[in-house]
Amino acid sequence: MFEGYSLAELGSIFAMQGFAGLILFSVFVLMALGLAIIFGQMGVINMAHGEFMILGAYVTYLCSTLVSQHAPALFPFYFFVAMALAFVASGLLGMLVEWGMIRFLYKRPLDTLLATWGLSLILQQIFRSVFGAREVGVVLPDWLMGSVAVTDSIEVPINGLFVMALTIAITVVIYVVMFRSRWGQGVRAVMQNRTMAGAVGINTEKVDRYTFGLGCGIAGVAGSAFTMVGSTGPTSGQLYIVDTFLVVVFGGAQSLIGTIASAFTISQAQSTMEFFLSGSTAKVLTLLTVVAILMLRPQGLFVLKVRR
Amino acid sequence: MKKTAIQSGSPFRVTGEMTGVLLLALFIVVVLPLGLDTFRLNMVGKYLTYAFVALGLVLCWGSAGILSLGQGIFFGLGGYCMAMFLKLEASSPEATKIQSTPGIPDFMDWNQLTALPWFWEPFHSLTFSVVAVVAVPALLAFVVGLAMFKRRVGGVYFAIITQAFAAILTILIVGQQGYTGGINGITDLRTLKGWDIRTDEAKLVLYFVNAALLIGCILLCLYVRHSKLGRILVALRDKEDRVRFSGYDVANFKIFVFCFAAALSAVGGAMFTLQVGFMSPSFVGIVPSIEMVIYCAVGGRLSLLGAVYGTLLVNWAKTLLSESFPELWLFAMGALFIGVVMVFPNGLAGLYQQHLAPHLKRALSRGRPGVAAPAATIIPPHTAAD
Repeated sequence: MFEGYSLAELGSIFAMQGFAGLILFSVFVLMALGLAIIFGQMGVINMAHGEFMILGAYVTYLCSTLVSQHAPALFPFYFFVAMALAFVASGLLGMLVEWGMIRFLYKRPLDTLLATWGLSLILQQIFRSVFGAREVGVVLPDWLMGSVAVTDSIEVPINGLFVMALTIAITVVIYVVMFRSRWGQGVRAVMQNRTMAGAVGINTEKVDRYTFGLGCGIAGVAGSAFTMVGSTGPTSGQLYIVDTFLVVVFGGAQSLIGTIASAFTISQAQSTMEFFLSGSTAKVLTLLTVVAILMLRPQGLFVLKVRR
Repeated sequence: MKKTAIQSGSPFRVTGEMTGVLLLALFIVVVLPLGLDTFRLNMVGKYLTYAFVALGLVLCWGSAGILSLGQGIFFGLGGYCMAMFLKLEASSPEATKIQSTPGIPDFMDWNQLTALPWFWEPFHSLTFSVVAVVAVPALLAFVVGLAMFKRRVGGVYFAIITQAFAAILTILIVGQQGYTGGINGITDLRTLKGWDIRTDEAKLVLYFVNAALLIGCILLCLYVRHSKLGRILVALRDKEDRVRFSGYDVANFKIFVFCFAAALSAVGGAMFTLQVGFMSPSFVGIVPSIEMVIYCAVGGRLSLLGAVYGTLLVNWAKTLLSESFPELWLFAMGALFIGVVMVFPNGLAGLYQQHLAPHLKRALSRGRPGVAAPAATIIPPHTAAD
C-alpha cells in the first residue's frame, strides 16, 4: 500500500492524515469526556448522548443565523456565546432528563439504556420537525477560515486548530472541576460510596443531577465544536454514539486519562488507515481491533483501582 | 379442565401455558389467514419472523439477564445465508446471459467481479445453506460468547460490544459491495429449487411454514425454560455468584443461551428472506437490533407468548402510524421505550397477569364458590413451580 509514494510524500501524508486524525480526536474527546463522566463516574448508559451533542450543534446554528441577521458586527465572536448557550441548553435538558427519568433507574443500567434510546428517538424527531431533515452547516467567521501552510506540502486548517485548542481548554477545565475542586471531590465521593457520602452530609441527589447535567453540557459544547468541522443533521448524533462508547470503554470507564488516550489511538488509527484503504475498511479494522483488545482486556486500557 | 388445574396448583402453569400456545396457534393459523387478504397476511408473516428474535431475547435477556443489542446480526446472517442460496439459483448462466460474466449474481457483475467468491461456492447446495442458516450465526455467537463470558464480561459492557459488532457487520456489508450486494442487499430472488416464491400461493404456503416453525420454536423455548437448564439461567440472572459458588460454570450456560437466541433469530431471518424476497443491511445494524429488543420488552421480557404478541402489536402500530402519520412513529416508538421501562417493565404479559388474570380466574371459578382463586395464591411460589 505504500508503493508509488516517495519518502517525503509519505511523511506529508502521515502529517496531514495525522492532523485530520487530531480533529477527529478532538470531537471524540469532547463527546467522550461527557460520556466518561456520565457512564464512567455515574454508571449510567446514556444512549441519547449523541442527541445532546446535536442539540448543542443546533443551538450554535441558531446563534450563527440570528447573529448574522441581526447583529452582523458581532459575527466574528458569536461562536463563544453560542458555545456557552449550547452548554447551558444541553446541561439544562440533561438535568431535566435526570430528574424525570434517570433517577428512577440507577439500579437498572440495562433499562436506562433502553429508556435513553427512546429519548434519543424522540429528540431526533423533534430536531427533524423543527430544523428539517436536511443537514445544516454554520457560516464560520473569517478569522476561522483558511489554513496555515507549515511547509510546502503540509497545510493545516485554522478551524481544526481552533477545535483542538478548545478541546485542550475544556479538558483542563474538566480535570480541575473533577479532581481539584471541592464539588468534584463530592461527585467522586458519591460515586464511590453513595451511602457514606450521604452520611457525611453530601446531598447525593443534587450531585447526581448536576453531574448528569455537566456531562450533557459538555456534549453540547462538543456539538458546538462539531459544527466547525462538519454539518449537522437530525441523525448525526447516532453515527457517533457507538464509537464514543467504545472510546470510553476502551480507555477504561473510570479513567479520564484513559478516555483521552483511547480517543487518540482510535482516531489516529482510523484516519491514517483511511488514506490507504477505503473509509469503510479502515473503520471496520479499527472497530475490530478495539473489540478484540477489549476481549483480551475487558477492563480497558487504564484501570482506576477502586475497592468495591 | 381449567378448574381442576387451578385446584391441583402445580400443573396449572403448564396447562395454562399450553392453552396459551394453542390460542396463539389458533390466532396465527386460523383467525389471521381467514381475516386478512394475501398482502396483509404476508405482512403479518414478515412480523412473525421478527417474533423469532423476540423469543430468543426472552430467553437471553428475560431469563438469563443478558441483554444483547446485536440480535440483528444473527437475523441478518440467517437471512443472508438463505438469500445467497436463492440468489445463486436466480443467477443461472441462462438467466444472466446478458452480463459480461454469466452465471454470477448481477451485483457482482456490476462491480466488475469475474468469478464467484470462494465463500459463495457452497451456497449452491440447499442442504448446506439450510445448515448454514443456523450454524453460521450460532458459531459467531459462540465465538463472541466464549470470548466475553469466559472473561466475565457482562451487563452493559456486553450490550455495548454486541452493538459494536452490529455496526461492524453493517459497515462491512455496505462496504464490500461486490461480495454482498452493498446497501441494496441481495434482491430479486425468484425460486427455491424451481418453486416460484413470488406467487400468492407460495406466499400463503410460506406463511404457514413460518407459523409452524414459530410454534415449534415456542415449544422448544418452553422446554428449555422448564428444564433444569432454564432454572439455572434464572438463578444466574438473579445471583450469579451464588450459582458459580455452587459449582456451575456460569459462562457455559450463558454461551449456550446466547447461541440459542442467535440460532432462533437466524431462523427468523431465513424465513424473512423467503417471504419478503430480499435481504439488506438495514436489518443488521444497531437501530433494527435495538428495535427488536422493544418487541420483546413490549410483550413482556419474561413471557414467550407475550413476545410474539408484542412483536405483532408493535409492528402493526408501526405500519399503521407510518402509513398515515410518518412523523409520529418515532415519537410513539420513543415513548414506548421509555414507558415500557418506567411504567410497565413486564410488558403486556405483566399487565395481563396483574389485571386480567385474576378476573379471568374469578370468572372461571364463579360457579363453584369456595374453591376459587385463593387456591392458587395460597400455594407458595416455589412449591407451585416444582
